Amino acid sequence: MSDRVAQMEKRAEIKNRIQDGLVKYGFIAVTIGLFSWFALTEETFRQPSTLFSMLKFTSVVAIVGLGVTFTMVVGGLDLSVGSVAGLAVTVSAMMMVIYNLTGFFSGVMVLVAGAVVGAVNAFLIVWLKIPDLLATLGMMFIVMGLKLLPVDGQSVSSKMILRDGSVAPGKFTEGFRAIDRAMVGPIPLPVVIWLVLTILAWFLLTRTRYGRVMYAVGANPEAAKLSGIRVEWYRFSAYVISGLFAATGGLILASRIGQGDISAGNSLLLDAVAVALVGTSVLGIGKPNAWGTALGALLIGIVITGLTIKGFPYYAQDVSKGLVLVLALIFSFTLSRKKARFVPAT
Amino acid sequence: MESTVEMRHITMAFGANLVLRGVDLNIKGGEVTALLGANGAGKSTLIKVLSGLYPNHGGEVVIDGKQVELETPAVAKKLGIQTVHQRINEGIVPGLSVAENLLFEKIAQNEMGRVGSISKIMPQAMAVAASLSLNWDEKFMRKDVYELGIADQQLLILARALVEKPKLLILDEPTSALSASEVEHLMEVIRSMRDSGVGILYVSHRLSEIDAIADNLVVLRDGVIRGEQAQPFDWTNALGQMLGEDALKDLESITEQRGSQTFLEIVNLRLFQRSRPFSLSIRRGEVTGVIGLLGSGKTEIAEAIFGASKRKTGVMAIEGRTFDPKHPSDAIRDGVFMVPEDRVSSSMFPQWSIASTTSLPFLAQLSRGFVLGFSAEKSRASEIIEGLQVVATGPDQEVDALSGGNQQKVVVGRWLKGLPQMMILDEPFRGVDIGARRTISLESRSLAGSGSAVLVLTSEVDELLGVADRVIVLVDGEPKLDSYITETSREEIVGIMSEVA
Repeated sequence: MSDRVAQMEKRAEIKNRIQDGLVKYGFIAVTIGLFSWFALTEETFRQPSTLFSMLKFTSVVAIVGLGVTFTMVVGGLDLSVGSVAGLAVTVSAMMMVIYNLTGFFSGVMVLVAGAVVGAVNAFLIVWLKIPDLLATLGMMFIVMGLKLLPVDGQSVSSKMILRDGSVAPGKFTEGFRAIDRAMVGPIPLPVVIWLVLTILAWFLLTRTRYGRVMYAVGANPEAAKLSGIRVEWYRFSAYVISGLFAATGGLILASRIGQGDISAGNSLLLDAVAVALVGTSVLGIGKPNAWGTALGALLIGIVITGLTIKGFPYYAQDVSKGLVLVLALIFSFTLSRKKARFVPAT
Repeated sequence: MESTVEMRHITMAFGANLVLRGVDLNIKGGEVTALLGANGAGKSTLIKVLSGLYPNHGGEVVIDGKQVELETPAVAKKLGIQTVHQRINEGIVPGLSVAENLLFEKIAQNEMGRVGSISKIMPQAMAVAASLSLNWDEKFMRKDVYELGIADQQLLILARALVEKPKLLILDEPTSALSASEVEHLMEVIRSMRDSGVGILYVSHRLSEIDAIADNLVVLRDGVIRGEQAQPFDWTNALGQMLGEDALKDLESITEQRGSQTFLEIVNLRLFQRSRPFSLSIRRGEVTGVIGLLGSGKTEIAEAIFGASKRKTGVMAIEGRTFDPKHPSDAIRDGVFMVPEDRVSSSMFPQWSIASTTSLPFLAQLSRGFVLGFSAEKSRASEIIEGLQVVATGPDQEVDALSGGNQQKVVVGRWLKGLPQMMILDEPFRGVDIGARRTISLESRSLAGSGSAVLVLTSEVDELLGVADRVIVLVDGEPKLDSYITETSREEIVGIMSEVA
């Protein structure tokens, strides 16, 4: 009798171990597996230039996703990030093309715009007590529409005819365009920015008082308050950071496009939220984290690049992104024996 | 015909935790039976068994001599057991009219025809209201339930439970949101239901209400019926059964400490709308125990001092300086710490280690500038584990994995380690084993001995006697006794607690 019990216990123990191993390393195994498969079967894929361009093209989503990660840490979610990135594109074009300002000043204004949208989000959520998802959804539409107002709903490009009949005096400066084009050794600058911001976010979230408190606010706001934490202030800061990261992503995007494309950034929202969600399942951490988001973006980049090289049609991209997300959610929700901790409360 | 609902040796376990240990109870039609019990006595579990929410309970439920299986809430209702839960919001459907809410069960079960309009169901709704002697007119029936006051909402969910002519009606704290005159109205409705032959199980903490309405009284403690009485009730006896006279006599008797230096002065604090303001001073060097039943205002006092809730009345001062905490961080800065009542929802973070949980309020001291000092944090946690004999694998263990008593030691220890000027412990012994209880008691006493002010809030006399030097008995938001324990007696304390207004 006791023999049988012991045997059953042993079997359960083995099952748990396999399950935990799967949760912890499954995601990374999938990433490496896919990467190896593409690299072995496609010569183009394994060339360094392809890999760097893949990283470069992933960097925007990854940086915007890092911002989303901060809002997820405090138990929310920022749906306005795509429109903030789009706002960044329009603002930088306006500054340089219409007002003929310097690239540096334009960049600063873009970051300010991102921070302002973040602050408005935070105001709606923290002081007007609108649920995160709904407040940022509203802001998404407002920003998307409002940015078109000063440009009469048109994309801004150099030499365009302005409202008063004159020709736009400026253009995207060389310095500004270098954000996307410059290289640090063999590595494109956007990839370096991505890496630096990831390290910064990781350090902030895991090594500082600020990050510890952010996680406390997200895990149990009531207990955080009773520990003496001004919960409102931390939630506020998360949305400002999210706005700043989204604006940074938008800055790189603007530099890449080289004109004020009004539809830029619209598709970024879903991708950015997806990579941040995928990031929660990497290493079985079960909560939003900086390196997870970076790896999530990397996996989606690998899949999309690989499928494109293999000649899949463009709509296969969305299917594959969705599959990656669902797979990641299975790791966090179904297989993990820890309770997933990143579902925003509405 | 008057029915009887019999419970025979009802048991219910959650995992290894036996919440009901064999409850035998008869509820006769045409009588109001009051159920009295402290928190955690098993009242709500018993109610849920009868409502059909726990079909896997042990024992038998017999209605009119026939054994029944309460498999689901729908079955329980069909068998004639209706429950009105404590929370009104769970009983009404916002957006629908009073009439639709009243007949909601019939509408939901398609007994009212497929297409319904208010006019169509109005006759039936009016008939139901009339049969319950509620003088609701058509205009009232058409109102959205959201426009109703709490008292009318309470009457509505009561009326809804009566549409199907129940055999047993369970009322769980039906008056907790009502004013005195509204309570009186509700009592009349309950009496008329009783007179029509319905059996009523009335659950409340308010002794005066039970005294006014109940024919019988049963006391539940630790999952067993400890006493049964008929009118007129002997309240001292009932309270004794409810709070446990014989339990934990073995806790070592305490050596009295008396403080002379006032730490916190509270002037004209009003806890409830209907209670009178009072003043109070808390002294260093002694453990002040505040005892009162649920709803007596204990938690409200604690939250006012800690700045956890908005305080609109009263003035406070710490050793002569004005003390006006608007947020817990203000109180913490002045060395006033609080261990809240519900540790899981108010002190713990899912999957957090002992080290992170204990360091959170003191991160500034444990960091180098902005950067966390992991080793300082860990060694602090280790000291807490050692000092309070927490059974744990180490500072990295997740708090969730600890037993209730050890969790409590961790959340008490995290504040103790911060050298409080004043420590507030709200129900620190709830869900805690004897060992942990002793540890927390001793720590509280030695903290007071070292010159801090300690305030312990509890609803159990034994807990109070095991920790406090001074006792304040709180009844309906006002202190009714303020004395040193040695100058009063258990009987006097229980007597004042059970005073029926």
